[in-house]
Amino acid sequence: MMPYMEIGYLVGSVSFVVGLKMMGQPDSARKGNLVAAFGMAMAVIAALFFNSKGFHVINNLTYIVAAIVAGTVVGTLMAKRVQMTAMPEMVSLFNGMGGLSAALISIIEWRHLLHEATAPEAMTNAPAVSLGMYIPVIAGLIIGTISFVGSIVAWGKLNGKIGDFRFPSQQIINAVVLVAILGVAYLNYGEFNATQSSLYFFVTIGLAVVYGLLFVFPIGGADMPVVISLLNSFTGVAAACGGFLYENKVMLMGGVLVGSAGTILTVVMCKAMNRSLMNVLIGMAGGNGGGSSTSSSGGSVREVQATDVAIMMKYASKVIIVPGYGLAVAQAQHVCHELENLLEAEGVEVKYAIHPVAGRMPGHMNVLLAESNVEYDKLIEMEHINPEFATTDVVLVVGANDVVNPAAKTDPTSPIYGMPILDVDQAKQIIVLKRSMKAGYAGIENELFFHPKCGMLFGDAKASLQKLVNEVKAL
Amino acid sequence: MEAFFQGIADLIAQYEQQNILNLIYLVVLMIFVGIELISHVPSVLHTPLMSGANAIHGVVLIGAIIVMGNASPDDTLSLVFGTLAVFVGTLNVIGGFVVTDRMLEMFKKKPKGEKAS
Repeated sequence: MMPYMEIGYLVGSVSFVVGLKMMGQPDSARKGNLVAAFGMAMAVIAALFFNSKGFHVINNLTYIVAAIVAGTVVGTLMAKRVQMTAMPEMVSLFNGMGGLSAALISIIEWRHLLHEATAPEAMTNAPAVSLGMYIPVIAGLIIGTISFVGSIVAWGKLNGKIGDFRFPSQQIINAVVLVAILGVAYLNYGEFNATQSSLYFFVTIGLAVVYGLLFVFPIGGADMPVVISLLNSFTGVAAACGGFLYENKVMLMGGVLVGSAGTILTVVMCKAMNRSLMNVLIGMAGGNGGGSSTSSSGGSVREVQATDVAIMMKYASKVIIVPGYGLAVAQAQHVCHELENLLEAEGVEVKYAIHPVAGRMPGHMNVLLAESNVEYDKLIEMEHINPEFATTDVVLVVGANDVVNPAAKTDPTSPIYGMPILDVDQAKQIIVLKRSMKAGYAGIENELFFHPKCGMLFGDAKASLQKLVNEVKAL
Repeated sequence: MEAFFQGIADLIAQYEQQNILNLIYLVVLMIFVGIELISHVPSVLHTPLMSGANAIHGVVLIGAIIVMGNASPDDTLSLVFGTLAVFVGTLNVIGGFVVTDRMLEMFKKKPKGEKAS
């Protein structure tokens, strides 16, 4: 008899590692994703049709298959229909689904534990439940719930449905809630019986929900990628709890792999913004750090017309485009590429300056611009493009704000102080495409807009770019 | 407090019996593998990678399937929650892989250049 189940799980585990490795290299990334997906399919088949003794169709197969089919249809539709610009939200939403799944598993297992604990033979003064079962169940419940709630809030924030929300001494309250969760979980373990535990159980879930909300609410939108990445690793840990519970190695390996890879990814992202993880988590970037004082810059904003900008660019020898979230929101990547082509046809050298955290996720701009067929070698990373600004005639800032804010260099009181930025003020002319003078995601004013070299072209990024395209054509 | 220490002692005994220690070794090793896999990745790939990792933790679906397999057919609450867990777990897996594939599709036509980063 062959250990088919173990083989299925082994194939799954190995392909997660290999797939993730391949995803780390541009050439093999897409295949890597398929490898991981194949491994997942093998693991699911192993779970459905085999047990440790051989071929064995799982109980309640009808319900399971129905749920899988429904999930496949809905998941595919959602993932296929979503706009490239809304990818970050989508990732966050799917992450929340994983957290919810982990929490639901724990809820069911909790009832099993309770059932066993209240059986007559268990009535001794020894703990009614083994710690080896209790820890994975309660940890899966807590982490899964936090991940679910946090991801939904992050999703809402990226959608613009939920705003930032802060109140004084929030960090202390968060810490208190966290301690309370652990305290209740501990108390619950001590008195594991039918009457007390149900109460503790609901209190634990309630506190985890509250923590999930408080955890994400104060964090500024610019830091959302970091939060999603962190919640991603939380869900990984929640899945790993299930691995401990069922001594299931594929869950354990997949979960821990994502937990650790996700944590490292989070740290790498924080480094790209020159901030510590702690700093991000306590919501320092939210503009509660005294950013309001910068509005006293005194100068006035110079508004420019599309015609002027078109002339300026057409007769420039070098133009650098700085894309930001505004470009993503306005779906302006295609028209941006069109403008680039027109200018190139006029003999203008056009490049894109990509800040590591432009948009809502690292690499977000690359994905978007790649979608509209912008050539890869035109997308220049920050370190390589910064020396080029001095020889640039026109910088076109399309819906980017914080990543070009000089306060990051000059104003030690600014919440984004220390973040590396694109040195656009070195260029001869700066044109900022922006909807209004509203502050960027970090919630602070941008002195660049008051710079004598800077002109503002107000309006939706797509509409403004379209105007520029028409003007350049008409010239 | 006593109960807690008793629990720890039981846990250790259990580990020795049930080989859970192996799982702990596995956890430690996987932590290192995860760190190693992500450390040298160009920032361009961070978003797809996050999304890919997101799909992989959908492996929680296996747990949801196991829960369903253990649920007795007359335990309605477990069945309802379990079915829901399988459904959302599948959403996580399928949605995650499809979204990642769509992101990475964008990278396919690119010749070299990418390696420079």
